[in-house]
Amino acid sequence: MLNVLFVLSGLTLAFGMLLGYAAVRFKVESSPIVEQIDALLPQTQCGQCNYAGCHPYAQAIAKNEADINQCPPGGEATIQALAELLDREIIPLNEEHGRHDLPKVAIIDEQTCIGCTLCIQACPVDAILGAAKQMHTVITNECTGCELCLPPCPVDCIRMETTTEDIEDWRWPYPNTYTTTLPGS
Amino acid sequence: MHTMWSGGLKLKGYKTISNQQKSITAPIPNTLIIPLQQHIGQLTHPVVQVGDKVKKGQCIAQSKHFISAAVHASSSGTVTAIENHPVAHPSQLATPCIIIKTDGKEEWITHHGTSNYQQLSRAELRDRIGKAGIVGLGGAVFPTQVKLTPPSDTRITTLILNGAECEPYITCDDRLMREQASEILQGMAIIAYILKVPHVIIGIEDNKPQAYQTLQHALSQTALFPQLNVEIIQVPTIYPAGGEKQLIYTLTGKKIPSYELPAQQGIVCHNVATCFSVYEAIVKGIPLISRLVTVTGQKQGFNVRTLIGTPIQDLLDYVAYHPTIKHTLIMGGPMMGTALSNTRIPIVKASNCILLQDTPPFEQTMPCIRCAQCSHVCPVNLLPQQLYWYARSKEFDKIQDIHLFDCIECGCCSYVCPSHIPLVHYYRYAKTEIWNKEKQKQKADLARTRHEFHLFRLEREKKEKAERHKKKKTTLNKTKTDAIQAALQRTKAKKQPTNNSDKNTMQNDPNPTDSHSQVSTPDKDKSLL
Ligand code: SF4
Ligand code: SF4
Ligand code: SF4
Repeated sequence: MLNVLFVLSGLTLAFGMLLGYAAVRFKVESSPIVEQIDALLPQTQCGQCNYAGCHPYAQAIAKNEADINQCPPGGEATIQALAELLDREIIPLNEEHGRHDLPKVAIIDEQTCIGCTLCIQACPVDAILGAAKQMHTVITNECTGCELCLPPCPVDCIRMETTTEDIEDWRWPYPNTYTTTLPGS
Repeated sequence: MHTMWSGGLKLKGYKTISNQQKSITAPIPNTLIIPLQQHIGQLTHPVVQVGDKVKKGQCIAQSKHFISAAVHASSSGTVTAIENHPVAHPSQLATPCIIIKTDGKEEWITHHGTSNYQQLSRAELRDRIGKAGIVGLGGAVFPTQVKLTPPSDTRITTLILNGAECEPYITCDDRLMREQASEILQGMAIIAYILKVPHVIIGIEDNKPQAYQTLQHALSQTALFPQLNVEIIQVPTIYPAGGEKQLIYTLTGKKIPSYELPAQQGIVCHNVATCFSVYEAIVKGIPLISRLVTVTGQKQGFNVRTLIGTPIQDLLDYVAYHPTIKHTLIMGGPMMGTALSNTRIPIVKASNCILLQDTPPFEQTMPCIRCAQCSHVCPVNLLPQQLYWYARSKEFDKIQDIHLFDCIECGCCSYVCPSHIPLVHYYRYAKTEIWNKEKQKQKADLARTRHEFHLFRLEREKKEKAERHKKKKTTLNKTKTDAIQAALQRTKAKKQPTNNSDKNTMQNDPNPTDSHSQVSTPDKDKSLL
């Protein structure tokens, strides 16, 4: 009986140590915190945070090299989520990086486009279709609204448009303090 | 026989305002405004163009997706526009509509039905119901043919017909049961045939004795297929007795767990008005182009058969209702309806009631006093007060843990709250926030994958370019060495024959300039590098 107990506790100890070792040994390599931070970033890939995209910014936050308030597309909601994840204070958005704005998409004026392909090279998510000397067009669903395609265009034929609110995407506003006795409205 | 769920409210019904007289039919409006989306599911696409002449009953919009419902012209006329127009929605936003200028001729498209529906395959019947644009008319507007296609591994044993009509003021189902009982039963039989169910229960609130008796009578008169066992049961008048899960519990004693559909328990529930539309579609070949609408709230109320797309203003004019700023105009009932800001909004498939009420006085919201009255009345046994706290503090994970998504937005909790807290508004706020977060997350995930692919593509292109260079370089180097070899050989050859004879030399190297150009090739190539 005692033997069994010894064997069992021995095994437990061994496995415990193995697990502990594994946790230490593999921690640095997988760096789950960077992925956790990245999961909270909006993935606009606009670079307004002064990093080459959301993932590099996530790495900088993880290394404590950047503050959590540098992402304008994410705005308040992202700061809140980051603060919660990293157990930090909620701070206001650093407007040096830009202001939080309504979501936008790029639209190419197909009449003016000369097909130079410069915008295709700038798009971080390959959302622009077109070949050399052919008219280009934006896949609206995949455009993140990063605006990176605007500066390279030599004929200024790309404009940003605020995405119109769809009835499907409409959200109930936060209730105010006045109400009528109509329970449902 | 029935079991009762806990909670709910005994409300004053106000039903006699509108249920005392026979239903009437509204005239054809000058303009029909027909939204492309009148159902839950995929948006339909117009199949007509501006300027087209359309006939009554003609399909004007449809979708390839299964979870969708076709849209038809409610009367004959000309399509004058396909544009965004305000509809009954809390957002007051506009959505795509087909606008038809009617010609008053009521010219029908050729259509035909059959009372021998058992000759048709079940798939064919479902298809016809789908093409007729039929959706659940009890308010959920879920496409009916989808509900008639349960997963192959579930067997439906009970069909429930919802004739409870539990919200105050609304009487359109009541009148329909009194006036079209036999048609409702035939529609029910078609649904039962499609689902192969042996057993049907019709549930009617006990404040509608005439409807109950008419249906009982019609049941004894109508020849349904013999193996069908139909029960009509009166249920207590307690709001919300007509909630799907509440009615199922009352009639069968079965509780449908969170996130489960009744079909998973072998039950399918259809509204009585939906059965009537199924009858019209299959037996008469008429798509869903009109419905019975209760117009009520003033001294005298009405039930009006109205073409889908009729502007509410036309309907109000017809019954001589004149809204002023002192009134609130509601589509639906007083508990769950939507307040309307505009009378140009059209009647849609979901519009069971237009309620014109004096605007209730504004009440100041007070802090929650934790009286727990809300929990006592909740028919789903939720903790409305706790839901409210989490919604208020935007704790969206916690609010889902206490089953926000089981809330049916019946409004009982808001109704009893002594502090006049707009509880349901908080829950709707929380629900749409959570859905939006989910959508944002999906969008971000897509962008992340696409960006990762973009980086991968750049990397790959860089590698390929480097590879190409390397290849070019090696081939160049090869030509270079080859050229040098050749030149060396030539010099060798030149040297050797000089010892022997001049003639030979001439033969081996006829053109000195030629050899020069060959040697220079690598240099030229080098400059290209
Ligand atoms: S500012 Fe925000 S969205 Fe833009 S790249 Fe940086 S983290 Fe991504
Ligand atoms: S009824 Fe109103 S005041 Fe009472 S516990 Fe519920 S939310 Fe609070
Ligand atoms: S609205 Fe929701 S929480 Fe309130 S009583 Fe109805 S089901 Fe319960």
